[in-house]
Amino acid sequence: MGLNKKDVTLLIIVAILCLFAPFILNPFPEGSAMAQFNAGYPDLMQRLVIFGIFAIGFNILFGLTGYLSFGHAAFLGVGSYAAIWMMKLLTMNVIPAIIISVLVAGLFSLLVGWISLRRSGIYFSILTLAFAQMSYSLAYSVLTPITGGETGLQPKVNDPRILDGALAAGETPRANLFGLQMNESYEMAVGGWVFTFNAGYYMAAVVMLIAFYISIRIFRSPFGMMLRAVKSNQQRLNYTGLNAKPYTLAAFVISGMYAGLAGGLLVAMDTQVGAERMFWTASGEVVLMTILGGAGTLIGPVLGAGFIKYMENIVSKINKSILEQWFAFMPDGIEDLLITLVYPFIGKGWHLTLGILFMLVVIFLPGGLVEGGQRVGRLFKRKKPADDKPDGRTTPAE
Amino acid sequence: MDAIILQILNGLDKGSAYALIALGLTLIFGTLGVVNFAHGALFMIGAFCAVTLSRILTISHTVIDETKTDFLGNPLKVDVPYLYDIFGQATGDVIIDWAVPISILFAIPVMVGIGFAMERGLIKHFYKRPHADQILVTFGLAIVLQEIIKYFYGANPIPTPAPDAFRGSFDFGAMLGFDPNTIIYPYWRLVYFAFAAVIIGAVFAFLQFTTFGMVVRAGMADRETVGLLGINIDKRFTIMFGIAAAVAGLAGVMYTPINSPNYHMGMDFLVLSFVVVVVGGMGSLSGAVLAGFLLGILESFASMAIVLETLPGINQIIIYLVAIIILLTRPRGLMGRKGVMED
Repeated sequence: MGLNKKDVTLLIIVAILCLFAPFILNPFPEGSAMAQFNAGYPDLMQRLVIFGIFAIGFNILFGLTGYLSFGHAAFLGVGSYAAIWMMKLLTMNVIPAIIISVLVAGLFSLLVGWISLRRSGIYFSILTLAFAQMSYSLAYSVLTPITGGETGLQPKVNDPRILDGALAAGETPRANLFGLQMNESYEMAVGGWVFTFNAGYYMAAVVMLIAFYISIRIFRSPFGMMLRAVKSNQQRLNYTGLNAKPYTLAAFVISGMYAGLAGGLLVAMDTQVGAERMFWTASGEVVLMTILGGAGTLIGPVLGAGFIKYMENIVSKINKSILEQWFAFMPDGIEDLLITLVYPFIGKGWHLTLGILFMLVVIFLPGGLVEGGQRVGRLFKRKKPADDKPDGRTTPAE
Repeated sequence: MDAIILQILNGLDKGSAYALIALGLTLIFGTLGVVNFAHGALFMIGAFCAVTLSRILTISHTVIDETKTDFLGNPLKVDVPYLYDIFGQATGDVIIDWAVPISILFAIPVMVGIGFAMERGLIKHFYKRPHADQILVTFGLAIVLQEIIKYFYGANPIPTPAPDAFRGSFDFGAMLGFDPNTIIYPYWRLVYFAFAAVIIGAVFAFLQFTTFGMVVRAGMADRETVGLLGINIDKRFTIMFGIAAAVAGLAGVMYTPINSPNYHMGMDFLVLSFVVVVVGGMGSLSGAVLAGFLLGILESFASMAIVLETLPGINQIIIYLVAIIILLTRPRGLMGRKGVMED
């Protein structure tokens, strides 16, 4: 496949993790006190892999070239809108929807990238942010006929859908892959455990594996080397007579297409779109995923996306009564104190936890989880630190 | 003609807010070289200083009023603010009524304190890190500050009225010799504009006419040389950070009667203020102020009915459009200079 042994191993590990995710994410028996930590339900598993794709794509831009885009959610949103229109007009089959979402997001990112990449550094971040906010405001106001404004869009029974036959009476349009419905699940009960195998999840996982494979190829290609050169010293690159712009633009468009793909998949899994997924906090979230996992590493963004989405779902679910249950064994005074201390961070306080996490990662672990893992690994290996530094974060002389 | 004047006036208050926030952003950027994504949060905290003070002023204790009875015939319980006990009812009422302007005095030490804490505690460690890291950590800080405010004050906007004397509108058109009732303008917006002008003037005067300001300007131009001359430039830059925080905070305090503060108002203003800074020219103080007013006025022109008929939705995106055009034609912004913050 054009990969070296190490990359093949990595790809296979990720594939196995994806395949057995319904088991791995469901370690606690149904009905037990720990069952709320289970993540093996379809909706969350789909999100884990879809945001994994989003973060992988973002990493191609940010991790390789160092250009920090603050507007990537716009491409995700545009991809979602394109996909839902395919479902309304053409067919409920997800293939055309996903293809068109990638194409439209690619075109849009070409336009945005062509303008934004004239500047670098903070200017670039602010320009992309401006574009994303502009798309968000437009989706809410003038473009309401296309985007549905505040109500958003979902497939209706009387949409044209040229390729599909007429729906039977009482049937609702459902996203499918040549007849296989995306929300179809097979449940397997083993002892106290219930494992859910969802068609949509496996489709998204396959797409993610392909996306991951492509990203490995990009990382190892001469093109990837050029992008790294842009990050380490763009001026030097220019002095050698190379124009960095086509490379950065290509990286921008590729990551925009990844975002569009993620948007299309989101629609394929849950057939509705709202403009709020283009809001700039959504762009901030994908930045966090990438940083948390480790920008510029292959597996980092996937880990980061999984971690954030898992935490988001689990932390938002915990409420006061669950907390009381946990701390029940303690003396009353300490219990109340602990609950008051922890309470602001859970449930609706998820964003507070997210913000603190964000700061802690940037301050203490700029290399993300991957670097953290390497540090821990180094503690045990007792090797010379210089030996195991595969991320190549050496700073060139200015 | 009167319509044009009205739109210019309408743009002034928003423009003032943009200009004040952008001024603070530029001060921090020019002195410390840090991109502060938490600056909008400082604006928001300023607004909540006003909310807090008006709540403190109305802290009450319950008194049984023997002269009145409620509908059941029992003696009526009334809440009496402690201020009445201290100053008497008349003075107490005036103080409560003027809560927003009084908050300025309250907000200055609070904001300067927050600014110092932020700079010494967090930003200081990020001078040598890449801009991307600075953006990210201040972005995280902005989320945290915003959520803390949300936790204590809730998610709903909290109406904080202006003093009675400024609550109405006046007929600006009649004063200028137009027909009456063509240009009606709320008093408070005029107060806000005057206040912004004073603050901006004060910051510029401070930088231009004091020794301290001179040192700071020298430090902005060449930090290393100023340091070599034996001047503790870091300390002065920390003070400038405190001043920038106070400017943002005061902009927030005075904005509360125009727009009831809510926890995400900072973020809403921040994105636009960054655009303003970029349009004005990174590192140029006068550019930031000019661009702030310019974009505020442009925005209000774009929301005129005639313009909206021909170009629907233009009021939502005009600022971003202008920013894109400016960056493509004049990459350094309106008043940016060569070599200042080129990347």
